[in-house]
Amino acid sequence: MSALRTSGPARAGQYLALLAYLVFLAFPLLWLVSTAFKPAPELASLHPTWIPKDPTLDNFRQAFDEQPLLRAAANSLLAAVSAAVIAVAVATPLAYVTARHRGRLTTAATGWVVISQAFPFVLVIIPLFLVLKNLHLINSVAGLVLVYVVWSLPFALWMLMGYVRAVPAELEEAAAVDGAGRIRTLVSVTAPLLAPGIVATALFAFVTAWNEFFFALVLLKTPEKQTLPVVLTHFLGAEGVADLGPLAAAAFLATLPSLVVFGVLQRRITGGTLAGAVKS
Amino acid sequence: MRRLLALIALLTLLLTGCTASDDGPDDGVVRLRFQSLAWQKESVDANRQLVKEWNAAHPGVQVEYVQGSWDSVHDQLLTSFEGGEAPDIIHDASDDLADFAYGGHLADLRPLLPERLRADIPARSWETTTFGEGVYGVPFLQEPRVLIANRRILESSGVRVPTPAKPWTWTEFRQIAQDLTRTMGPGRYAVAWPLKEPVSVSLNLGVSAGGRLFYRGPDGRVTVDFTEADGIVPGTVHDQVATDRTAPRTTLGSGGSDTLPGFFAGKYAMVPLGFAYRQQIVQQAPEGFEWTVLPAPVGSGGTAQGVSPQTLSIAEDSPHKKEAAEFLDFFLRPANMVRLARGDWMLPTGTAALADPSLHTARDGWATGAAVAEHLRPAPAQSVRGYPEWKDKVATPAFQEYYSGAIDGTELCRRLVEDGNRVLARYQRR
Repeated sequence: MSALRTSGPARAGQYLALLAYLVFLAFPLLWLVSTAFKPAPELASLHPTWIPKDPTLDNFRQAFDEQPLLRAAANSLLAAVSAAVIAVAVATPLAYVTARHRGRLTTAATGWVVISQAFPFVLVIIPLFLVLKNLHLINSVAGLVLVYVVWSLPFALWMLMGYVRAVPAELEEAAAVDGAGRIRTLVSVTAPLLAPGIVATALFAFVTAWNEFFFALVLLKTPEKQTLPVVLTHFLGAEGVADLGPLAAAAFLATLPSLVVFGVLQRRITGGTLAGAVKS
Repeated sequence: MRRLLALIALLTLLLTGCTASDDGPDDGVVRLRFQSLAWQKESVDANRQLVKEWNAAHPGVQVEYVQGSWDSVHDQLLTSFEGGEAPDIIHDASDDLADFAYGGHLADLRPLLPERLRADIPARSWETTTFGEGVYGVPFLQEPRVLIANRRILESSGVRVPTPAKPWTWTEFRQIAQDLTRTMGPGRYAVAWPLKEPVSVSLNLGVSAGGRLFYRGPDGRVTVDFTEADGIVPGTVHDQVATDRTAPRTTLGSGGSDTLPGFFAGKYAMVPLGFAYRQQIVQQAPEGFEWTVLPAPVGSGGTAQGVSPQTLSIAEDSPHKKEAAEFLDFFLRPANMVRLARGDWMLPTGTAALADPSLHTARDGWATGAAVAEHLRPAPAQSVRGYPEWKDKVATPAFQEYYSGAIDGTELCRRLVEDGNRVLARYQRR
């Protein structure tokens, strides 16, 4: 295959567009970081600056002083990791079966999966609350994880089905011809090829759960159980008034785990995807 | 695969350990859950401290403080009520209580509250939490809207500075805004209206001009009408933005906090804000910035203003209503109400608390607010069923378009009245 060639100006234009896009994507995060380090008078300046003139850690101190951020982060982490692992563990075999054995039932199931994503939270929250109450799972991280798994499962399933379809069935047939059993084929041949998809799906489930606010607000009753998004709203008053500095500091800290997880796993996703994309 | 199974097993164990039991230990101690919406540090500290003091003095009735959130509080409470898991003691705003009260989720407090507390809070405040025959919350904190002004600009301009005894009229306010804008120079304005939530501002300030908008007939049915008095406040804002150019169009979609940088920079001489915003101003104002608190302008209604006080209610499902009411009695003793009011930079509803000297100092404008407090009235929309839908679907877009100059007063009136009454009628069918 011949390499794609572009002229100098066209390439410069591409880089410029890419740079603009990156700046656009990075703007909220950079502004959040900048705000987190600004003292109160600078936050109220009519001419805000990117770099704080008089950077301070007071917002972080105040945020930790006023709210139990570490405990909330631990709760969020437990809920998000659990939801991600369980969602992937359940969705992977389901996706495999659905993708490999196509029929009316699987088509209907896929359609339902897509439709279910359109349900608003408020539509399901009261019945869900009653079900969890009967299961004695109100005010428990376990109950919250159950909700997150159920909520992310359809999309996880949908994502993974695409990855399963991308793995050629001929590879599994070749393994079978070589004498590998069904389980051996799945574990040794299919699973490694699916790894990037599984990681991406787990990331999706993790981030969904990590950022989720409304279910956590409604289902967790005591302060010890509250997750980070719920605790962050404690910096907000009525009619949108906000304690901006500490809120920015806490929100910046809350984005770190997602960034770290993406940072650690993105190479795995990219590497895996590329490996699967190259045909010998 | 084995590692994955091990991880799942570990998580299952962890999560099992995280499952809470709803029942406290069977030790005869009554446990009450108090969900508070206090959010400012001083306010949270005051709430926590009071709970601590109660718990120390009442080993048989322990209160657990839970910090709630103004964001989504209605949906959260609704879900908790429907699921039978509501907190025993609930902090909210009076204009959010109607649906819960009519829905049977809140306890009627009349047989529960002590005479001291009932007598201490004026009847006009109790009106904000009275729905039908019952009283479903104790109104304990309230805030008027005031004009926060740049003292230097105001004094150097030579205009008359209003006092609670002699406030500006709405006509005078418009004229003074023109004078001020002229003296301030180009790109600067006498007033900035932060009208992200235009309905409550228009309605509650409209009371000062004799406006009501909601009128209850002898049969108890509420209809929207738009009289001349109802048009004075919206008309003033509209004219300041669209005709006089004494108020910038850009702040119409902003919240109160968003206008503060411009205010500190001297771009606006005055900003109409809730009384509690003083805390942000104290915290954020640049060194040497001089500011003052002025009463809102008045019309035929005098210094009256509509308010929706913060309230404390007891859940109907609570098995310990008597103990919860005893806690409210303690929590809202005059001295404690003062602590809560100072923590939230608001005004107490209680007469004894409002008389506290610390709320009458000139510093930070406390005296101006305290002087206005006795004229505060229930917000006109208070207890009107269907008000939230009217506000979201009819009034908010109509006011926004009117203030920005997209529609005229006739169209505003038509929408508020015709479209509004259609909405309210659905809630009042028998």
